[in-house]
Amino acid sequence: MDSQKNNHILSYTTLALVLGLLLVLTGVTVGVSYIDLGFFNVPVALAIACTKVTFVLLFFMHLRYEGPIINFSFIGTISFLLIMIGFIFFDVAFR
Amino acid sequence: MSTGIDKTGIKIGMWLFLYSEIILFGGLFVLYAAYFYKYPEFFSEGGKELNRVIGAVNTVVLLVSSFTVAASITAVQRKAKKQAIGLLIFSIFCGVVFLVNKYFEWGAKFHHDIYPNSETLVSGEVGLNIFFGLYYVITGLHGLHVIIGMILLSISLVLVMAGKVTESKYSMLENAGLYWHLVDLIWIFVFPLFYLVL
Repeated sequence: MDSQKNNHILSYTTLALVLGLLLVLTGVTVGVSYIDLGFFNVPVALAIACTKVTFVLLFFMHLRYEGPIINFSFIGTISFLLIMIGFIFFDVAFR
Repeated sequence: MSTGIDKTGIKIGMWLFLYSEIILFGGLFVLYAAYFYKYPEFFSEGGKELNRVIGAVNTVVLLVSSFTVAASITAVQRKAKKQAIGLLIFSIFCGVVFLVNKYFEWGAKFHHDIYPNSETLVSGEVGLNIFFGLYYVITGLHGLHVIIGMILLSISLVLVMAGKVTESKYSMLENAGLYWHLVDLIWIFVFPLFYLVL
């Protein structure tokens, strides 16, 4: 069962669709950057970047088809990253 | 277990390494965020000095190369050796294009006396100095990763040509691909944060 999951083959069409989406989102980031959204400049840019990263991870990096060990350890890493970012901001923002 | 190779284990090992890379760059981005909070106006002033066109071109180059690397794995799985070789050569070529762009970009900055410890930055505003310091550290470290990724892809290419990487045994190519995608992931954050800050 495990080896079948490992051998999952992504078709060229799927990969090309993901690439197309990533290129469109790149265009959107560049476009949005010309509009001054004030406070939302950075959050919007980061939201688009996070969306792009999610697609790279799920399809190009195959995370969508991996077993629980890689999935949970990945989520664990991101949780620790968020803890690091979060606590530093509690400090920096309320000094 | 006919081959006796633990493919999942090999992949988990690679991912563990990638986690350490994520935390490494994560730390640098936290540093960026903390200083951005302190000197927002200088960060946007510094960002305007960077060449958006080169940044955007490099983003496209990396995204396309990520696609071709992923496609080369599909090709290997489908026993299409020639396609796999072609796709890998193209991916490595994309890496070269990226670095050449980077060379011209950094070269132009050096020409305008903007580099670590340069007269303009040291005697100028602190915020700008910090912005360009972070710019050189993060894009430099990222560039180093591009070079390492190209080396890993070249090794995989040679192994594919030699018939050592096949549809039943392609962990080397898969892990080199994961590394290359990580390089892409980091650039996806570098591009808006440095080039597109208003």
